[in-house]
Amino acid sequence: MFARLLAIVLLALSVSSARAQEKLPVVATFSILGDLVKNVGGDRIVVATLVQPNGDAHVFQPSPADAKTLADAKVIFMNGIGLEGWLDRLIKASGSKGRIVIAAKGIEPHEMKDDDAHGRAQKQAHAHKLDPHAWQSVANVKIYVANIRDALIAADPSGREAYEKNAAEYLRRLSAVENEIKGTVAKIPPAKRRVITSHDAFGYFASAYGIEFIAPQGVSTESEASARDVARIIRQIRAQKIPAVFLENISDPRLMQQIVKETGAKIGGTVYSDSLSGTDGPAATYIDMMEHNIRQFAAALID
Amino acid sequence: MNPYDFLVGPFIEFEFMRRALAGSLALALGGAPVGVFLMLRRMSLTGDAMAHAILPGAAVGFLFAGLNLFAMTAGGIAAGVTVAVGAGLIARSTGLKEDASLAAFYLVSLALGVLIVSIKGSNIDLLHVLFGTVLALDDATLILIASIATVSLVALAVIWRPLVLECVDPNYLRSVSRSGAPTHLVFLALMVLNLVGGFHALGTLLAVGIMMLPAAAARFWAKELTAMIALAIVMAVFSGYAGLLLSYHTGAAAGPAIILVAGIVYAASVLLGPVGGLKRHFVRVRHLEA
Repeated sequence: MFARLLAIVLLALSVSSARAQEKLPVVATFSILGDLVKNVGGDRIVVATLVQPNGDAHVFQPSPADAKTLADAKVIFMNGIGLEGWLDRLIKASGSKGRIVIAAKGIEPHEMKDDDAHGRAQKQAHAHKLDPHAWQSVANVKIYVANIRDALIAADPSGREAYEKNAAEYLRRLSAVENEIKGTVAKIPPAKRRVITSHDAFGYFASAYGIEFIAPQGVSTESEASARDVARIIRQIRAQKIPAVFLENISDPRLMQQIVKETGAKIGGTVYSDSLSGTDGPAATYIDMMEHNIRQFAAALID
Repeated sequence: MNPYDFLVGPFIEFEFMRRALAGSLALALGGAPVGVFLMLRRMSLTGDAMAHAILPGAAVGFLFAGLNLFAMTAGGIAAGVTVAVGAGLIARSTGLKEDASLAAFYLVSLALGVLIVSIKGSNIDLLHVLFGTVLALDDATLILIASIATVSLVALAVIWRPLVLECVDPNYLRSVSRSGAPTHLVFLALMVLNLVGGFHALGTLLAVGIMMLPAAAARFWAKELTAMIALAIVMAVFSGYAGLLLSYHTGAAAGPAIILVAGIVYAASVLLGPVGGLKRHFVRVRHLEA
């Protein structure tokens, strides 16, 4: 009985490992990038994500398991623009031979709009004061998708057809999302296109779609808000009659609630900027996230 | 800008500044006396060890219930009391000294906390637990901190005599009364309570600062215990007020600004304090009177 059970287990193991070998093992540094890679790679690849959904890529603490994941990867996708300050050392330490692909390659990075921002993650980054959150503009993500497609084809030439087909299909869906966002913003009166959110990760969203974002904290979630910052925000909400304040899934909601209490601004739902929600959350994929965010903004800004 | 606008204006204009001030006032009232006793009992570093012991409890509470006041407080108190009382009992019933048993307990607690957090596989918001948010004290948090201050002051009044005796001459106390151990445990519990209150406002690590720095500074100005405690409270209150103003006017992070002011007060006391300060050329004070 035991021998038979063992045989079945061994058989199952060998089958599953054989099947795993057929797929191209790749790594994406954070959940949003992982979703994009999954969409382009389809069932020809296995994507591992280092920073899990709801985690914060600015202050990520890698574990030995992450180093092992990296060591096994054929391709490593990273955002670039100074987001993953911790990645270089981790890749070296893991001894990975995987090719490193910067997904944001070819994107014109924005400067951070706030000169006061001085988080530690930013200092560590090679690119000073550049805003890494380029994926908040769908147009940029189309460039990401092209980069991912080309990298996968280079690593796995026999899959060229599948990758090109997947990428084309996904680019079509992205265009639809982009149109939806622009259409929704057009319905918001221009004077009301102002939002406060606790983490200024929406710089690219702002310039692409014309909603102004004001943040009480700097670019890195590591920097703590000062009394002066909070006072400025409150004054600004009062003076400019900003209609809505938004929480974000990785910043301190207590601070936002205090600001809301003191100004009477409407409190919007949770929006996602740096990471996806878990699979049962409202932002399980990149497209879900963008659709969810614009719906939240519209709900708070349109009366 | 006239002095009124500079010194008082921010607190008139903004509710969050008033709340922060009320919070630091309560912290000062509860924490500074505990800090003075910690210092007199040569347990100044115990507060730091306890802050590490509390963090995992608070982190576990956070992981199960998010930024929930009750869960984080309960977790912090549970972890802190376990470590403090466990270490205290072992020190009193075995040959191991208090510092060694405390080190053993808090290191295990810290390791356990980090382990639980890493199993959960998410690093969100632990930095907020570390740094706290004195600018975002809601009603529940303020009531919690104020209650802790009240409990501390009442409890200190009740155990005052044995506590002072134990600071000065624990062997004498042991020979005349058996209240030494309970007094010690109540005192440790007070320390944990105040650290838990402090981490909601300042974060685990800085909470130790508002407890110990004013106590150490007051030591340079007063020989008599009651005066020392009163001075420590005044210095802690001043640090809270001046730190908030510093954060408001310069844009420095609020929690660290408060502790930094306390540090400046301490440095000034070391230099200028009449009781054993550098000014008196290392004159040694023989013993602190109780």
